[in-house]
Amino acid sequence: MSETMIAIYVFTLACFVGYHVIWGVTPALHTPLMAVTNAISAILVIGAILVAGSVEASQSLWIQLLGFLAVVLASINIFGGFVVTNRILAMFKKKS
Amino acid sequence: MNLSPAFFDVAYLLATILFIFGLKGLSHPKTALRGNQCSMAGMALAIVVTLLHPSVQNYGIVLGGLAVGAIIGVPVALKIQMTAMPQLVAALHSFVGLAAVLVAGGTYLMHVQQGHTDAVLLVELIIGSAIGAVTFTGSLVAFGKLQALLGSAPLVFKGQHALNGVLIALIFGLSAVFVQSHSVLLFTVVTVLSLALGFLLVLPIGGSDMPVVVSMLNSYSGWAASATGFTLGNQLLIATGALVGSSGAILSYIMCKAMNRSLFNVILGGFGTSAESVTGNAPSKPCRAASSEDAAFMFENATNVIVVPGYGMAVAQAQHAVKELYEQLHEKGVDVKFAIHPVAGRMPGHMNVLLAESEIPYDAVLELDDVNPEFARADAVLVIGANDVVNPAARTNKTSPLYGMPILEAYKSKMVYVIKRSMNPGYSGVENDLFYLDNCSLIFGDAKKVCENLVNCLKSA
Repeated sequence: MSETMIAIYVFTLACFVGYHVIWGVTPALHTPLMAVTNAISAILVIGAILVAGSVEASQSLWIQLLGFLAVVLASINIFGGFVVTNRILAMFKKKS
Repeated sequence: MNLSPAFFDVAYLLATILFIFGLKGLSHPKTALRGNQCSMAGMALAIVVTLLHPSVQNYGIVLGGLAVGAIIGVPVALKIQMTAMPQLVAALHSFVGLAAVLVAGGTYLMHVQQGHTDAVLLVELIIGSAIGAVTFTGSLVAFGKLQALLGSAPLVFKGQHALNGVLIALIFGLSAVFVQSHSVLLFTVVTVLSLALGFLLVLPIGGSDMPVVVSMLNSYSGWAASATGFTLGNQLLIATGALVGSSGAILSYIMCKAMNRSLFNVILGGFGTSAESVTGNAPSKPCRAASSEDAAFMFENATNVIVVPGYGMAVAQAQHAVKELYEQLHEKGVDVKFAIHPVAGRMPGHMNVLLAESEIPYDAVLELDDVNPEFARADAVLVIGANDVVNPAARTNKTSPLYGMPILEAYKSKMVYVIKRSMNPGYSGVENDLFYLDNCSLIFGDAKKVCENLVNCLKSA
């Protein structure tokens, strides 16, 4: 199987996993669900790190700039998303 | 360090599993916090392992970027008001979108420098950049509307859909040319066109359709992450992006279903701008106004009371006054339940968060299907800043634009009190039949003030 084909397999199967897991989420927690998926989608920080930290970046200011900004934006999402989710979920924990 | 590729694959697989468990935790408020910790662990693992990757050479810029993000993100997340969650989420979506564009651009330049650019990679890159760009500007517009920087009314102009169609055709056409000729200029042009498309797609969508838009952009941000994964050949990004993408897609579906409209209808936009035709048959009966004292008396002597909160509660910041009202009634032995319509508020689950914030126990908060049978048994209902979602026309009037939409059956209870600022119709522009029923009274005033009045009446009783 080619690398692209494997990627398509992973993508398709993950969609099914997502479908089943997300239908199980209680509607009361749909806001924290959005907040946390927001944080999780910032997993593209991995891509940003690979661009910003690459050898190519040290030879090109453009690549460095694009990579750095991408890392910053993804990082805002990661920290902001997880912290706010934690805050919301703590509210649901109270009084239960 | 000399780590084998298998080390990274296994670590990334572990991170994916942690994310899945994290989302699974949200199936119940009790397990949700632990779930969030799982997700955080997954993210930390993924980042640390990536830092060990042999191709990462320049640590200063990476760690610096992560630190800047933390310095900006954490204080905002700690301070943000719960009523402003929809804006925050929209803003964060836009960041993911822009980051996807930047990563695609950076990856492209890297490959140009290395001198190997094959067609498959170019296809993946341009898809990643285009989805990211649409997510970015679409989310910016959503943010503007939610933050009231832009008017929340749908912005429609002639030839809008034709223009979007041309843009989409151009994006596809030029992408195909880019894959064959790969020039930086074409990459930029396609990205700019996608930015314009995202902007134009969200402009015609009105404020109350924002739950759908925010969910849709949530979905896009996931697909953008997945597309980035394809360009990097990274399974963690592909799988995680797909999880987020399907999450947003399901939420959009739930929201559309709750409005009895198709996703297509919402995306086309302009809802609520052409509803004049149905307001003509205004009921001849007058509606009744009630004072807070009357309502408080009724609530006090009731056995069951159901509160229906809507966006108006969030606008008036009335959630804490509502909580006091809940406590007063609870002390007097009245059973108080809250009924939440799926599209109440500006994002999925918005009302639940506001009620949780004001420390109303979550088992007193019921969803549409669970609460509807209760209305017939309720002695009194209090509607706070909700309108279309309690309009019986959705059940009875086949000509109403709301017909078929699932509603909270508040009209079935013995007595309904509606807190309203004025007689203006709801978002749909449709007159609310509920207000003219014999068992309904309106309390005019600001939601917060009225709730405080009710509390005072109950205290002095």
